[in-house]
Amino acid sequence: MIPEFGNFAIILALGLSLMLSVVPMLGAARRQLQWMQTARTLTTGVFVFMLAAFIALAWSFLQDDFSVAYIARNSNTALPTYYKLAAVWGAHEGSLLLWVLILSLWGFAVSVFSKDLPIDMVSRVLSVMGMVEVGFIGFLLFTSNPFERSLLNIPTEGADLNPLLQDFGLTVHPPFLYMGYVGFSVAFAFAIAALLSGRLDAAWSRWSRPWTNAAWSFLTIGIALGSWWAYYELGWGGWWFWDPVENVSFMPWLVGTALIHSLAVTEKRGVFKSWTVLLAIGAFSLSLLGAFIVRSGVITSVHAFAVDPERGLVLLCLLLLIIGGSLLLYALRAPVVAGNSVYGEQSRELYLLLNNIILVVSMAMILLGTLYPLIHEAIYGEANKVSVGPPYFNTLFVPLMGGMSFLLGIAVFTRWKRTPVNHLISSLRPLLLLSIVLGLALPLILQAEFKISVVVALALALWITATLLMDIRNKVRNKASFMNGLLSLGRAYWGMQLAHFGLAVIICGICLTSQYSVEDDVRMQPGDEHEIEEYVFKFEGVREIVGPNYDAQAATITVTKSGEPYLTLQPEKRRYRARGDVQTEADIDVGLFRDLFTALGDPRGDDAWVVRIHVKPFVFWIWLGAFFMATGGVLAILDKRYRRERIRKNSRLDNSSVVSNTIAINEAGNVSTKSFDSNETRGLVEERV
Amino acid sequence: MKKQLKRGCRLVKALLLLISFSLISVFPSYAAIEELEFSSKEDRERYKKLTDELRCPMCMNSNLSGSDAPIAADLREEIYSQISKGNSDAEIIDFMQARYGDFILYQPPLNKGTLLLWFGPIILLLLGMLFIRKLFARSVNNAIAALSPAEEAQLQALLDDGFINEKTNSLKKSS
Amino acid sequence: MNSSHRGLLFIPAGFFLLMLLLLGKALFWNQREIPSALLNRPLPEFSKPTLDNPNQTITAAGLRGDILIMNVWATWCPPCHAEHPHLVRISENEPDLVFVGVNYKDDAEAAGEFINTRGNPFAYILTDVDGKLGIELGVRGAPETFVVDREGFIRFKYEGAIDENVWQEKFVPVISQLN
Repeated sequence: MIPEFGNFAIILALGLSLMLSVVPMLGAARRQLQWMQTARTLTTGVFVFMLAAFIALAWSFLQDDFSVAYIARNSNTALPTYYKLAAVWGAHEGSLLLWVLILSLWGFAVSVFSKDLPIDMVSRVLSVMGMVEVGFIGFLLFTSNPFERSLLNIPTEGADLNPLLQDFGLTVHPPFLYMGYVGFSVAFAFAIAALLSGRLDAAWSRWSRPWTNAAWSFLTIGIALGSWWAYYELGWGGWWFWDPVENVSFMPWLVGTALIHSLAVTEKRGVFKSWTVLLAIGAFSLSLLGAFIVRSGVITSVHAFAVDPERGLVLLCLLLLIIGGSLLLYALRAPVVAGNSVYGEQSRELYLLLNNIILVVSMAMILLGTLYPLIHEAIYGEANKVSVGPPYFNTLFVPLMGGMSFLLGIAVFTRWKRTPVNHLISSLRPLLLLSIVLGLALPLILQAEFKISVVVALALALWITATLLMDIRNKVRNKASFMNGLLSLGRAYWGMQLAHFGLAVIICGICLTSQYSVEDDVRMQPGDEHEIEEYVFKFEGVREIVGPNYDAQAATITVTKSGEPYLTLQPEKRRYRARGDVQTEADIDVGLFRDLFTALGDPRGDDAWVVRIHVKPFVFWIWLGAFFMATGGVLAILDKRYRRERIRKNSRLDNSSVVSNTIAINEAGNVSTKSFDSNETRGLVEERV
Repeated sequence: MKKQLKRGCRLVKALLLLISFSLISVFPSYAAIEELEFSSKEDRERYKKLTDELRCPMCMNSNLSGSDAPIAADLREEIYSQISKGNSDAEIIDFMQARYGDFILYQPPLNKGTLLLWFGPIILLLLGMLFIRKLFARSVNNAIAALSPAEEAQLQALLDDGFINEKTNSLKKSS
Repeated sequence: MNSSHRGLLFIPAGFFLLMLLLLGKALFWNQREIPSALLNRPLPEFSKPTLDNPNQTITAAGLRGDILIMNVWATWCPPCHAEHPHLVRISENEPDLVFVGVNYKDDAEAAGEFINTRGNPFAYILTDVDGKLGIELGVRGAPETFVVDREGFIRFKYEGAIDENVWQEKFVPVISQLN
């Protein structure tokens, strides 16, 4: 009964989303207020019914209802309750349900937080999201229905959840990732709505910014969780492999990052509009492309879902409609001339555009590398297949990011429109020297092996950090007191700085862990010791463990640090009973400056085992940096300028004070009246109307 | 050895089952962990690099070091013995390429068929830079008239300072 | 509005359509199939003992002159069990072809037992205990079957179990060209 209820809820959601995609859009075109007002109600309806369907599936999982084919394939009575819930999105059908639920959740969020937007804009935005919903709810219902029953032969036991997914990291990874992917649908819908209405103004970019930041922050966390999971769960000690499925999550992130920066320019200076719209369409399109690649099996990947060309074909048609349609609309409606704005040679616009170019080229490189095996096969036939893997991506990606990090340091210092060059050079030269000297000195101080790549990476990370600290100092200098100054800086400013600092942290983490990790695989008998730096790992032996749905061999490894007892690690080798899969469970001591990583290999006779022992310096910084980035994104959303009360209060004041007030916040204390710009005024005035 | 093979075969079977039932994720369920003795640290690093950058021919998408497929183990052993014999990296890569094709190389070789792959992104970057140059050169030309005498002097001072970049150069010319 | 600039805005849509075409085509490709790098190259040199008599060795040169069907198999591989009866029947129907078995990374005793009880389709069975010959042949797993022409060149490779259908569809056309 419950599965039928869920099925019915999906059908209702499909019906409502069909109405949502038509009625408010027509209303906006015909200026019919009542039609436009249905947008919020319909959006809420779609969300409520998708939520009901999701709860129905989760409930059926908890009840071990193996008459539902999807549950029979992905659950088991012995599966712990927590993982039964996680198994809801453990395979294609359920994860697609989650995907659509999250899409409707974003729509719902827009309808709640858009009270200040003109009604025609809201109805267009929600209607565009409704169109995407129609496509994907239809796809869910007709090709991938998670509630499909097999009532004739009800299995008494389920095939169990893939053991790789029986893990905390991977339970929370898909929801975050989808929140990110699907979150870009909001910026997409805003862009399409703006194209349709012909109002690509500062107001449009301002509305888009917090939504883009939110999606981007989720995606950052989602990708970081995935890489963290790969690191500790696969027992291989790596954290990124440039696998197609990793790449398709990274591409929308890169374009989303470009979009965040481009939106800033469009909002502040009213330029690059066509480019910004293209990025907004691009970020969501790449998310959809990712969904296609993961779910069609078109590219050989380790993590792909179902290999089903027919499903792939349906998805491809959806892509054609959604992306093809929006790109066509873009080509027909985007403004051609960027306006006669004057770009200064050393302006923030220049550096943000450079940043955009590098990010988009990086994305294009990853897209090309990911699709290249197919391109090659299409041109040269299948006689000589090629592989494109980490060496290719690293060779091109690392220099691109190096260049971007260097420009970032300068960009923070530049001002809108024009920055005096001598000021730029005189303030940056000492910082650059300092970064290089410290980059050279740090490895010496830490008595690490001298490697030129380490010096370059450290210098870049220090350069980013130094410039951002200097920028904060410059902003605070003229204030009454230091604390006063710090507090006067807006949250958006702090968000930006924190995210940039996150990048510096990630650079350190990646470089130091890839250059200085000690990775040993050793044969150990009980009592054997292995020494890495100040740590001594003593293998105490292996014992049998019985888990809820697996049997395991667990090794006990005691670690002493500089002769003192330090801790005990217990890597396991599990054999899951339902599927017979063998799975390593690495045991890692996570530290701020180094991880101790142990994994258990195969027995080698005489109670001896092969044990993988890694000491990985600074590896945690990779995820710490990602966390800083995401937090920065969230901080920026919390900025005062996005708060309703503020705008309401402002709207009661006279025109000039609104403008100067807002600029003071935007520019975070670094405002000269010169940066006052007619575009900005226009945008604000429009927003108030 | 035999036992390992049997286990490997079971694993391959399990993987095939996974694919055929169109379930999720065909990950190698665990990475290969082997103890090996090398005569030098360089050899160990070469082994690591080679097994990291050569693809397991049997797997969905993993390198030799990250796979426990039987063929990956054999190829690792082959690499190990060739390193011990003193063969160079190029010789080992040629050996693998001759038997398993370009498919086994995660770093695609530079040839007619991969020109687009290697140079496409670089060309795109150059095009982007060119576009920016054009965009900003145009607007700077527009802005020239707006330079105040003070700014003009500032610019001159800069040029004298030796901090000449192409843009300021062209700026001066056009003024 | 400048019409030449408007044209530029169609570039993303154009690229997207190209990519979609590629992806649509690729959906129906078999990504798991990787053609042998040894196609149209000579059979690598080897010298391997036979299964029934470890003192007798067979070399690649010694096999030249006949069309060879070289089948890589092992008792630990379930598809090999499945294809074995088909191989036996096919070899009986094709007296002009020389079937050579490569017993790949197997236990000699188990392999001998297997052949004795289930029939022997092969003229020779080489043993490749350490899998070195397998690597020379670019083998990824078992079973794999090569067609070698009279001059000793590899003309075709098939991965997976053979039955009469596969034989008719994939092997017969290749072999008829060699005759």
